[in-house]
Amino acid sequence: MSARYFEDLRHLAELRLLARHARRRLLRMHFESRIGHLGGNLSALDAMLTLHHRVMGPADRFILSKGHAAGALYITLWSLGLLTDGELETFHADGTLLAGHPVPGWSEHIPVATGSLGHGFPVAVGMALARHLNGEAGHVYCLTSDGEWQEGAMWEALIFLAHRKLRNITVLVDLNGLQGFGATREVASMDNLGRRIEGFGIAVVHVDGHDHPAIAAAARTHPGAAIVLHTVKGKGVSFMENRMEWHYLPLSSEQYAAALRELEP
Amino acid sequence: MRHAFCNAMVALAAREPFFFLTGDLGFMALEPLEKALGARFINAGVAEQNMVSVAAGMALAGGKSWVYSIAPFCYARPFEQIRNDVCLNRLPVRLVGNGGGYAYGSMGATHHALEDYGVMLTLAGMRAYIPAFAADLEPMVRALSERAEPAYLRLGRSELDDERALPPYAPWRRLQQGEAGVIVVVGPIAGGLWQATRDRAPLERPALWVVSELEGNAPLTPPTALLDAIAAAPALGVVEEHVAQGGFGQQLLHALALLGRKLPALVHAHAQGYPSGRYGSQRWHRRECGLDVPTILERMAERMAERT
Repeated sequence: MSARYFEDLRHLAELRLLARHARRRLLRMHFESRIGHLGGNLSALDAMLTLHHRVMGPADRFILSKGHAAGALYITLWSLGLLTDGELETFHADGTLLAGHPVPGWSEHIPVATGSLGHGFPVAVGMALARHLNGEAGHVYCLTSDGEWQEGAMWEALIFLAHRKLRNITVLVDLNGLQGFGATREVASMDNLGRRIEGFGIAVVHVDGHDHPAIAAAARTHPGAAIVLHTVKGKGVSFMENRMEWHYLPLSSEQYAAALRELEP
Repeated sequence: MRHAFCNAMVALAAREPFFFLTGDLGFMALEPLEKALGARFINAGVAEQNMVSVAAGMALAGGKSWVYSIAPFCYARPFEQIRNDVCLNRLPVRLVGNGGGYAYGSMGATHHALEDYGVMLTLAGMRAYIPAFAADLEPMVRALSERAEPAYLRLGRSELDDERALPPYAPWRRLQQGEAGVIVVVGPIAGGLWQATRDRAPLERPALWVVSELEGNAPLTPPTALLDAIAAAPALGVVEEHVAQGGFGQQLLHALALLGRKLPALVHAHAQGYPSGRYGSQRWHRRECGLDVPTILERMAERMAERT
């Protein structure tokens, strides 16, 4: 076993606790601002925390192509000490920089405005290509949703990426199986998404999207690959898990209290 | 203008690094640039949405990026990528659309660009560059390369037989003085109008201006000499190979109104789409819309006669 593996194990408990704390803070932020979109935030949070706390270095960049998980990104930045509680309290408020989908121009950790699906991935490919051609260090990580792969621009970017054979980019798919108005399988099936991506010439790694060491190991050891994160929409709150309505619905006071009880440290 | 553009870009490549992306277009025109740029010349394939987003990503990484295609595939197909990835992030991506107006003629309506700069100028930080002459490309490429915000360049075909007598490039240029009204032109039709009128006596020819840069996020600022000429003229002609909606004519009248100027009697020659439902060369479409030089001058003469 490598030293890195034992280091991961040492950090495992710490990151698991951090993730629990982050979930509570995410729920509080959404509850206080009466905003839904929780399901896809909870499915994506573990990957964002793992990348930012365990994988990424100063020269690396993260692009959230599934911009509707902005809440999880803000909480991740808060967990790194890059956002304050006071700033989180402005989430969705008038005059905020913390909009429901990331807005541009205020944080180097949010390099690009996203929200319309199918944009962040090709932008990330462009960043990676420029760095590659300029001989610059640093890796680009891009987190997409599974429903997002119904956008044609994703496949345009995949063709381009496969042709360029870039190794300084990793695209991750939050495969939670539910989208805005139904199960992905029932709306426009993305079954076997990994194999479809492989068919375009990109290596694919499958991991449990809530297993922090597994995510970290996949991200570190498979540059240039796509990582399919098998996730649960609403992960961590029993009554939200795998329920489509939590793509949009805000929490009531009773639901918020019940969710916090489940996430007690 | 494609060759003038390519020459200007090759000269630019000798001065500074940049990325150039083409949507699989530029055969028999851009090869010298491909040679000059090497790996930084990127054929992004037939995937314009991806191409614009990739260009935005390259700009985010600190590079200067240019995107090239036939005009409608450059501004219409990837509109949301331009709006979101380029303009919301205020990135210095230069979009180059070849074939403004009806330039692709009988290739068909899908290849025409009749609403390009009007649409682009609705976007944050965008500036449109519309050369009228091949000689405009060198200074224009220089200005585009120095610009820190998004830009759209509309290429056409120069219609002036000999460009040696042109005044130096400026966003607003007076090609000639005259007493038979004022005509302000966007794009290469300026060349045809100049050739048709420059040998006339001053009393019988219009003052002729060409405007080559448009800003969407602020009112136009026409030079005082033009404003004074318009104020003194019985009629104003505005000529553009672009639909009226969102076009230069509307912008100019808006600017005049904001400045409190008296609005002149107007002849607005502009693209009108496909009135007959039939298709042909650029010249044929212009004639159908009254955008040909004889019709423009005839309408100006009629308007002048009404006013004097």
